[in-house]
Amino acid sequence: MKELTCIVCPRGCHLYIDDNLKVSGNFCKRGETYAIEELTHPSRILTTTMRIENRNSKLVCVKTNKKIPKEKMLDVMNEINNQTAKAPCKIGDTAIENILGLGVDIIFTSEVD
Amino acid sequence: MINKDLVIIGGGSAGLAAAIKARQEGIKDILIIEKDGNLGGILNQCIHNGFGLEIFNEELTGPEYAYRFKQIVKDKKIEYLLNTSILSLDKGFFIKYINESGVSICHAKCIIFAGGCYEKNAGAINLMGDRPSGIFTAGCAQKYINIKGYMPAKKVVILGSGDIGLITARRMTLEGANVLAVLEIMPYSNGLNRNIKQCLDDFNIPLYLSYTVKKVIGKSRLEKIIAGKVDENLNFIDGEEIEFDCDTLLLSVGLVPNISILNNLGIEVSSAKGPKVDEIMQTNVSGLFAAGNCVHVHDLVDFVTNEGYLAGFGAALYLKNQLKEDLNIDVVARNNVSYVVPNKIKYSSNKELEFKFRVKKPCKNVDIIIKNNDKIIKKVYKLALLPSQMENIKINTTNSPLKDGMITIDIETRA
Ligand SMILES: Cc1cc2nc3c(=O)[nH]c(=O)nc-3n(C[C@H](O)[C@H](O)[C@H](O)COP(=O)(O)OP(=O)(O)OC[C@H]3O[C@@H](n4cnc5c(N)ncnc54)[C@H](O)[C@@H]3O)c2cc1C
Repeated sequence: MKELTCIVCPRGCHLYIDDNLKVSGNFCKRGETYAIEELTHPSRILTTTMRIENRNSKLVCVKTNKKIPKEKMLDVMNEINNQTAKAPCKIGDTAIENILGLGVDIIFTSEVD
Repeated sequence: MINKDLVIIGGGSAGLAAAIKARQEGIKDILIIEKDGNLGGILNQCIHNGFGLEIFNEELTGPEYAYRFKQIVKDKKIEYLLNTSILSLDKGFFIKYINESGVSICHAKCIIFAGGCYEKNAGAINLMGDRPSGIFTAGCAQKYINIKGYMPAKKVVILGSGDIGLITARRMTLEGANVLAVLEIMPYSNGLNRNIKQCLDDFNIPLYLSYTVKKVIGKSRLEKIIAGKVDENLNFIDGEEIEFDCDTLLLSVGLVPNISILNNLGIEVSSAKGPKVDEIMQTNVSGLFAAGNCVHVHDLVDFVTNEGYLAGFGAALYLKNQLKEDLNIDVVARNNVSYVVPNKIKYSSNKELEFKFRVKKPCKNVDIIIKNNDKIIKKVYKLALLPSQMENIKINTTNSPLKDGMITIDIETRA
């Protein structure tokens, strides 16, 4: 039996997962999906900021468009910090395609003219 | 001097929602006054995701959530002033403000105050020892990193386990700082469970419960924090100390509604430290409404937005002269309930009421009991209640109209 805190929503259910990956303690279906994923291949959405080319200290907010493996978070951070975005930036547009070959894009989450 | 039907002070999520709703309800002459250079409020610096689950059923980041509302305000051509500070606000609703174009005065028929909250700083808690640089609030660090774009710290200790502290711990770690510990004086955390998991556990940042700062050491910049363990009366236990070599102490020790500019208006203040409001968010000053973190501190922006809508709706009724006061009910928080919003019920025409409150201490296996003059009108069972989570309970009065007197909220533990 394993125990986990669900991170899908602010409710934060306390989940129990038995050896056959049967989940209990979850309020909704998403908790079950999360628990199994967390035990087999934990992954997270990463949110951060990125510098903008030729704009001294201006930042644009970005996130991964899909979850990335948890252990890759710092590598992805490094890669984002090594690059600059080109303004104008529109929410949802791609900043970096297929980062580190993970099959995940970095997309803008704020607007810069 | 200019005249406006409705002035909204503060362009965060509460203010934007209020403006949008008032416009939908037919109020044309609206002005939002915002002191920052951008609409959106605190959301602009909350670049993490987790916003909008209730309203959009999506997990948005703060700036994405804010953007949706900013766009509606722009599409509806609602007027707003940025970089504008209020100098004074008097009983006649004359608002004196200053910005690039100098000092101006605006008269409003109705005001919605949506000024948010502020973070308690070092002055608000008793920190013993030296007074070096390197001690500031977690929200301030968040602003440095996410908006200004620089890292103010290398080795960090965080005091207080509220959500802002937890989220800043993760953010600082991702940007290369070493977060040594989060100290929490209470035996339980004040943050959401999910934030303890994804902000601390994911990065192996230890959380020390029942610990607080015993001594601050440092000549010009902070050099060391001595943390001490406390007993159930929050007194230090001799010999239970941990030393942390660090250059920064971040404070995440509580948020307080920011209502000082209302001081001259004679508002009544609730135990949530914001103005007392009725069920449409009107304060005891007729025509002055309030919504969002300046009324009570929220953990979820979705509820702030809904409260803004409610205030915008109420203000529109006020301006259209459609408010008929026919009830006089005080809403009272009792025993383990620290506060409740609203504090007054005045209109029998509102059939759907929502009570929002927090508990003082964690409790388990309880009934929340809402009574109108000793008659139970709602009873809800809860497995557990935590001070860090706002509860809300809705009641519908269509079949059993409320009577003048009192509504009480009690928490009773089941045997
Ligand atoms: C760090 C942090 C993390 C959070 N994380 C989450 C989360 O993950 N999920 C979630 O749902 N919620 C979260 N929240 C909660 C939620 O985002 C906030 O409660 C909500 O955005 C507050 O909105 P508001 O409009 O009441 O206040 P604010 O956003 O603070 O807006 C108040 C506005 O009023 C302006 N103002 C103040 N005084 C004046 C004045 N005198 N004149 C003119 N303007 C003035 C301010 O500049 C500001 O723009 C978080 C909050 C914080 C602080």
